[in-house]
Amino acid sequence: MGALVEEFPVILGAFWLTIRLTLASAAAALVLGTVLAAMRVSPFGVLRGVATVYVNTLRNTPLTLVIVFCGLGLGLVLDVSFSESLSVNYLWLSIIGLSAYTAAFVCEAIRSGINTVPVGQAEAARALGLTFTQNLRFIVLPQAFRAIIAPLGSLLIALTKNTTVAAAIGVAEASLTMKSLFERHQDSVVAIFFGFALAFLVLTLPTGLFFGWLSRRLKVVR
Amino acid sequence: MTEAVGSTSLVRLENVNKHFGTLHVLKDIDLDIARGEVVVAIGPSGAGKSTLCRVINRLETIDSGTITFDGKSLAVEGRALAQLRSEVGMVFQSFNLFAHKTILENVTLGPIRVRKIPRDQAEKRGMELLERVGIASQAQKYPAQLSGGQQQRVAIARALAMDPKMILFDEPTSALDPEMVQEVLDVMIALARDGMTMLVVTHEMGFARRAANRVVFMADGAVVEQNTPDEFFTNPGTDRARDFLSKILTH
Repeated sequence: MGALVEEFPVILGAFWLTIRLTLASAAAALVLGTVLAAMRVSPFGVLRGVATVYVNTLRNTPLTLVIVFCGLGLGLVLDVSFSESLSVNYLWLSIIGLSAYTAAFVCEAIRSGINTVPVGQAEAARALGLTFTQNLRFIVLPQAFRAIIAPLGSLLIALTKNTTVAAAIGVAEASLTMKSLFERHQDSVVAIFFGFALAFLVLTLPTGLFFGWLSRRLKVVR
Repeated sequence: MTEAVGSTSLVRLENVNKHFGTLHVLKDIDLDIARGEVVVAIGPSGAGKSTLCRVINRLETIDSGTITFDGKSLAVEGRALAQLRSEVGMVFQSFNLFAHKTILENVTLGPIRVRKIPRDQAEKRGMELLERVGIASQAQKYPAQLSGGQQQRVAIARALAMDPKMILFDEPTSALDPEMVQEVLDVMIALARDGMTMLVVTHEMGFARRAANRVVFMADGAVVEQNTPDEFFTNPGTDRARDFLSKILTH
């Protein structure tokens, strides 16, 4: 226990980084996932094809590989740089990897949400003269999102835990910090481990509860 | 009112054919609908009545033939098609009100997003239309909170809000409980009296007799005969029509 108290500021900082990684990646993944879903249901074959290839590639590649590709491939080989500071740069690269990966899952969740919207809704919108984009924006997607709030919550929980993979390219989020604390406090490994596990629960449990509540509240009554 | 019908045609279908897979659902359809005319399409299920309705605003594509609306050939896609659809109202069997929008929002969405009418103006007009169909007091509710008959009247108001040149009714009362049919028919009869051009697919023979200028009888994807309601119901010209009428009018 002593180690946990002593290192509390370090642990807090690490989890703050985990939270920032999660929120930034979630926001980007939501935007990218929505665009991909719109492409997958669009009347243009090329857009559908591009989105399908993207989703199948990213969804079937291990996240560690995606993150390492972002760190080494984008960062070192292609020299993509967001900041002078190496640690900030790797933070951004890991956000790119996490959101690119999660977007594939968001896209598929939205697509299943679109399938819950009765065909008649889109037909009525078309009959009014709404264009394809207006139809998605005002009629189909709002109803699709309300149908998939709970699964999106699960994706957010998965993303929260997936941020630990950013450790692979040296981002000092919770899991990497835990590892370095193990080395510094070899007598309190178990306490540190349970401390970190508990802290993850504190992040993820309320997320699940909140999204469950939100999904009941926003449900579309038919 | 029959005499008030204009002579210029608003919709003209020529030689229209449509298949669903191997099923030939529309066979060489030729049909003219004049401005202000109320045409009722009847016939056994599977006759192609609903498809006829849906090809006019291109919710279904056709395989061959031509459809002209208001003098222009039907656009194939894009903005021109959206433009055409905004001029043709449609009322569905299953209402299809937007489930996540209030009644008033259902009626104002098209005017605001398609016609680009300012919100306050669209809402004022929307309330007038809801008043006209007797639903004004429910404006802030959601579709699921209304009865079927009320929902269908809202759907008619939604179509009217676009100031359409014509309204297509695809079995508007078939999904309703019997006691709610009349309230919807009353609204439709009033519309017909006001001179709206209408194509109505229905099994309501009472409506056909009271409001239609012409009855089009379809069977197996073809127009078998067409006539004034009086003539059609009292003196059908084909065996197919006689057979159909004997089945629905005896009980």
